[in-house]
Amino acid sequence: MTIKHEPEVNWELAKEHGLIQEEWERIQEILGRVPTFTELGVFSVMWSEHCSYKNSIAMLKKLPREGKNLLVGAGEENAGLVDIGDGLACAFKIESHNHPSAVEPFQGAATGVGGILRDIFTMGARPIACLNSLRFGPLDVPRNRFLLNNVVKGIAHYGNCMGIPTVGGEIYFDEGYSENPLVNAMAIGIVKHDEVKSATSHGDGNTVMIVGASTGRDGIHGATFASVEISEESESRRSNVQVGDPFTEKLLLEATLELCKKDYVIGIQDMGAAGISCSTSEMSEKGGHGMKIDINKVPMREPEMVPYEVMLSESQERMLVVVRKGFEQEVKDILGKWDLHAEEVGMVTKEPKIEVRMDGKKFASIPAADLCLGGGAPVYIRDSKRPAYLDVLQNEDLTNLPEPKDYNEVLIKLMGSVNIADKGWVYHQYDHSVRTNSMVTPGSSAAVIRLKKAPNKALAASTDGNGRYVYLNPRSGGKIAVAESARNVVCSGAKPLAITNCLNFGNPYDPEVYYQFKEAVLGMGEACQMFDTPVTGGNVSFYNESPTTAIFPTPVIGMLGLVENLKHVTTSEFKDAGDFIVMLGTIKPELGGSEFLKVIHNKVTGNAPAIDLHFEKRIHETTLALIRSGIVKSATDVSDGGLAVSAAESLVRNRNKKLGASIYISRKMRDDELLFSESQSVIIVSISEKHLLDLEKITSEYHVPSVTIGKVTKDGILKINDSVKIDTEKLSEVYFRTLPTIMKDEH
Amino acid sequence: MKKVGVVVFPGSNCDYDVYHVVKKILNLNAEYIWHKDTSLRDYDAIVLPGGFSYGDNLRAGAIARFSPVMQEIVKYAKAGKPLIGICNGFQVLVEAGLLPGALITNTGLRFRCEDVYLKVANQNTMFTRDYTPGQVIKMPIAHYTGNYFATDDVLKTLQDNDSIIFQYCDANGELTDDANPNGSLLNIAGIMNREKNVLGMMPHPERACEMILGSTDGLGVFTSILGGK
Repeated sequence: MTIKHEPEVNWELAKEHGLIQEEWERIQEILGRVPTFTELGVFSVMWSEHCSYKNSIAMLKKLPREGKNLLVGAGEENAGLVDIGDGLACAFKIESHNHPSAVEPFQGAATGVGGILRDIFTMGARPIACLNSLRFGPLDVPRNRFLLNNVVKGIAHYGNCMGIPTVGGEIYFDEGYSENPLVNAMAIGIVKHDEVKSATSHGDGNTVMIVGASTGRDGIHGATFASVEISEESESRRSNVQVGDPFTEKLLLEATLELCKKDYVIGIQDMGAAGISCSTSEMSEKGGHGMKIDINKVPMREPEMVPYEVMLSESQERMLVVVRKGFEQEVKDILGKWDLHAEEVGMVTKEPKIEVRMDGKKFASIPAADLCLGGGAPVYIRDSKRPAYLDVLQNEDLTNLPEPKDYNEVLIKLMGSVNIADKGWVYHQYDHSVRTNSMVTPGSSAAVIRLKKAPNKALAASTDGNGRYVYLNPRSGGKIAVAESARNVVCSGAKPLAITNCLNFGNPYDPEVYYQFKEAVLGMGEACQMFDTPVTGGNVSFYNESPTTAIFPTPVIGMLGLVENLKHVTTSEFKDAGDFIVMLGTIKPELGGSEFLKVIHNKVTGNAPAIDLHFEKRIHETTLALIRSGIVKSATDVSDGGLAVSAAESLVRNRNKKLGASIYISRKMRDDELLFSESQSVIIVSISEKHLLDLEKITSEYHVPSVTIGKVTKDGILKINDSVKIDTEKLSEVYFRTLPTIMKDEH
Repeated sequence: MKKVGVVVFPGSNCDYDVYHVVKKILNLNAEYIWHKDTSLRDYDAIVLPGGFSYGDNLRAGAIARFSPVMQEIVKYAKAGKPLIGICNGFQVLVEAGLLPGALITNTGLRFRCEDVYLKVANQNTMFTRDYTPGQVIKMPIAHYTGNYFATDDVLKTLQDNDSIIFQYCDANGELTDDANPNGSLLNIAGIMNREKNVLGMMPHPERACEMILGSTDGLGVFTSILGGK
């Protein structure tokens, strides 16, 4: 499609661009006139939810966004930046690519990875690891298998080619995600403090350059598209999805990191959502300057593109670089070495306006700040209403449910539930060992990546977010998402440092959805405050609804932790027969929102498990103290599937030995509650017998209840009280075979 | 001090990993060789590293073989000097005709990244002399196009010349189908030329050189050729 004649700009056209009446009026107020077609396009993408955060920023500002280790504040740069000592900083961020992945899963997921990687290396940081948090509908639906297969292939395609290991993440399945898969990609990079680059622009007369790929018509209005519910109409917007080229991005990565070492580079920003519109206006706003852009000079891959299209294109693998005047050739030389374009497309101006010209004609002239978040972009606090379903579900009496007769059978079913079963089918398609830093690879509580530049240190990272809990209790669910990710990082031997988050919700104009959003954010904030893990940034994805379903409200937390001594690196599987199994914390009868309820009773009901953040924090400190004392042989938390699944996983994940476990716990509750409650703040460790006293000393110091619940055995049988007695081999079979069997016919 | 050259094609991504092993683990010299270079300095060994040279466009390794530096690499190999291609490097060596056969898409039609066991089928070479005959070693694979294919004649020649160097096996050294991750004929994971100075292998020895990463079984490839064990 080519645009031959620019349409007349009026309220009707503005509405088609997704703007509301007051925004349309505000634009005319800012400009003092009716916008041009190009200007309307630019405003509509910059003020879309995706770029402006207009319906979320008021709440996001309530999150703790400061901390002693933070080198830049949340949202100030393309990614968060945390000091990790030794003159090094870690840049990390998670971002959604849900909507593109729903219509074109391979490219949608691939460009999600590409986008988040650019956010990292545009700061001068070399990406060292990726994680992914994915949600799909049930796999008995062919479309969902297709989505899973192609999302995984897309992630593999991009990450593997880039040579950046995909080291972790998680996947859940539930009906609510059926037409709305969630694809959240996280990346982590390392940079020396003095080599960090900013996304800024200043210095009247300095040169604006576009480097990397050329600009085509792909992804026009991608940001706007990401800001509406999926409908049949949006299905037809397939051309909104960008197409990724990881090979070009690999070259761009190397060239950018070379550029970032140069003083003559004033600022640099990647072009993701809203392309040139976003990078020019955000950089200008940050540096308090403006830009003149000449569309004729933008390298294009398609003929007859008009300014509207060029400004809105979301072609991938491009960067905007502001260079001190006179150093253009140096930039071209660096990019040329990597066989990439570097073109001068404009200059920095004192007047803080974005001015766009083509063939000498002015197509747009907009004050940069008015386009941006924190400037003139609208900010809304939406109506909120506590959904009626909450009281109904939270008060449901779960003790009326019949007790299962055969717990072996229940445990087998749970181990074979795709939410619990091994995800090797997925992560064996990702290169997780390239760059030779991956100490703990997918499958354990958190991924652990050693740092070659800081020998003896490692980073731990985990993504978590149980949508069911948030659905049943948004406030608790928000707290638990942070608590669980912190716990996972702690179980791997790391101290939690900071989080990035991806908030996946429905339509914020629905007061009940906004209530879920607001409460979940407040819950996350409380937890972050308690754990001293500030929020470094992330993104919000609203409108995850389709005509037939809505997703569970799903905040995904990406937690970063620091391992201060490689000896502390700990994994989840039991190691040796004879070791004692110790439980820190207490199991309570709380089956609400559990995988057990879903798998056995087909119910998502009850209240989310209770969480006491003070106690949770003590559990983290205790576990870390135990690990640092050198006595912990394995550590894992109780989460999906409860204590029984946690124990079973610790057995089957040791694939070299056929271990068993004999567990006995005295209880004052039903067996199903004991075995499958997903009680929070419970960690299972294994230690040698000789360290039992050392353990008790430490746990009593922290006032944390600990009880020896059993022993690792060599008989290859898992026994729990008198209710479970089953061969590890059987558990292993179902745990490892489930997903490959379901996916065997997908190609 | 012994010196290793690591070739960097556009899209190479295991270059740094090899460099790290030579410099930091073996404390020897390593240098990158740019793909546009038209002359080579003297090296004790050259490595064509893994990655996605030219984005695997057209066919894995098919474009890299036309890189300016490859003319010099071919001369270097013909002079009998040690040359290793790992993963994408193996694919480049095959495309360049320095090793026989072809690497085709894995039978499962998926990228596979996992630890595999390898049997050292020929220990009597400059790249494997630090292993014991028939030793079973463990290291990662990470590829989509690692299924070794050749005509019966070529396979027979490889066998007759003891040019099959590594084969996928189980933990006990048995060459089973289950242990073969990609469908390679004869479970072939690595081969050498007739002159035994050019090695191509799909698994990544450079990823198995430190115990904290799970294995040091890959070190033997480097120590065999460079000393320093």
